[in-house]
Amino acid sequence: MSEVADKVKKIVVEHLGVDEAKVTPEASFIDDLGADSLDTVELVMAFEEAFGVEIPEDAAEKITTVKDAIDYIEKQKAE
Amino acid sequence: MSADLFRLDGKTALVTGASGGIGAAIARTLHGLGATVMLSGTREAALTALAAELGERSHVQAADLADPKAAEALIVGAEAAMGKVDILVNNAGLTRDGLTLRMSDEAWAQVLDVDLAAPFRLSRAALKFMMRRRAGRIINIGSIVGSTGNPGQANYAAAKAGLIGLTKALAQEVASRNITINLVAPGFIETAMTGALTEEQRAALAGKIPLGRLGQPADVAAAVAYLASDAAGWVTGSVLHVNGGMAMI
Repeated sequence: MSEVADKVKKIVVEHLGVDEAKVTPEASFIDDLGADSLDTVELVMAFEEAFGVEIPEDAAEKITTVKDAIDYIEKQKAE
Repeated sequence: MSADLFRLDGKTALVTGASGGIGAAIARTLHGLGATVMLSGTREAALTALAAELGERSHVQAADLADPKAAEALIVGAEAAMGKVDILVNNAGLTRDGLTLRMSDEAWAQVLDVDLAAPFRLSRAALKFMMRRRAGRIINIGSIVGSTGNPGQANYAAAKAGLIGLTKALAQEVASRNITINLVAPGFIETAMTGALTEEQRAALAGKIPLGRLGQPADVAAAVAYLASDAAGWVTGSVLHVNGGMAMI
């Protein structure tokens, strides 16, 4: 697992208080991990802080799964 | 119900506009109930004097909220100085009165900016921290004119009415995080500004108030203290009118 994926997973576990095993790449924050809309905003803010990236609102809306978050951050870091 | 419910020991509060009559009264009252307070405003000398009067558990950070960047810096500074901001009191505000026909865009924009946009920015910055702690209180200071209007105060009335909408929208957004947002709407309060009135003018004003007197800054502060306390844990998105009965709404 990449460093980004590892860190994303850790943030999700910490913020949502879910079991690590549940945080699979396909897991949807809202449907599978019990997040509400405010949680997703908090997660995006936590990602921004942890990775030093900016995630604009239209991009944030498209991040619905763990994999979405990892892909977006890795792409930002690569640029 | 225990009186301890109204105590604020261990709590921290940021009061904007603390150099003014109402802001200073709010800071004194919260401090008197045990809270640590951060006094903010534009007049640093007045803030420092108030901090000296309060003694322990008081901090000062001057800020000019007309600058959009000042809000976040103030919240970050208050979090750093006190370790947290449990209670945010958006009290700072200004007036630029005049009849609409003669009101400049600039006078409109300045009042909307300081009286409405600044509380929005301060709340947004404070909520980032409050959300993590799953606790917080934001108390906006509105005005009776936000509900009744007042000739010569189109800008001020619009800003204060806007503050009610902001309070209610925000209250719904963050209720699930145990954060409450309420508004205290003072009526005619005796401050330095009203000191210039003649006895006759004051009597005429008091005659319009069912409780028969002008309000004191402490009347407003008591309402703020209630909303900041554990006693108000189930109150959010509400407007508490403190106006001696002048407008029963």
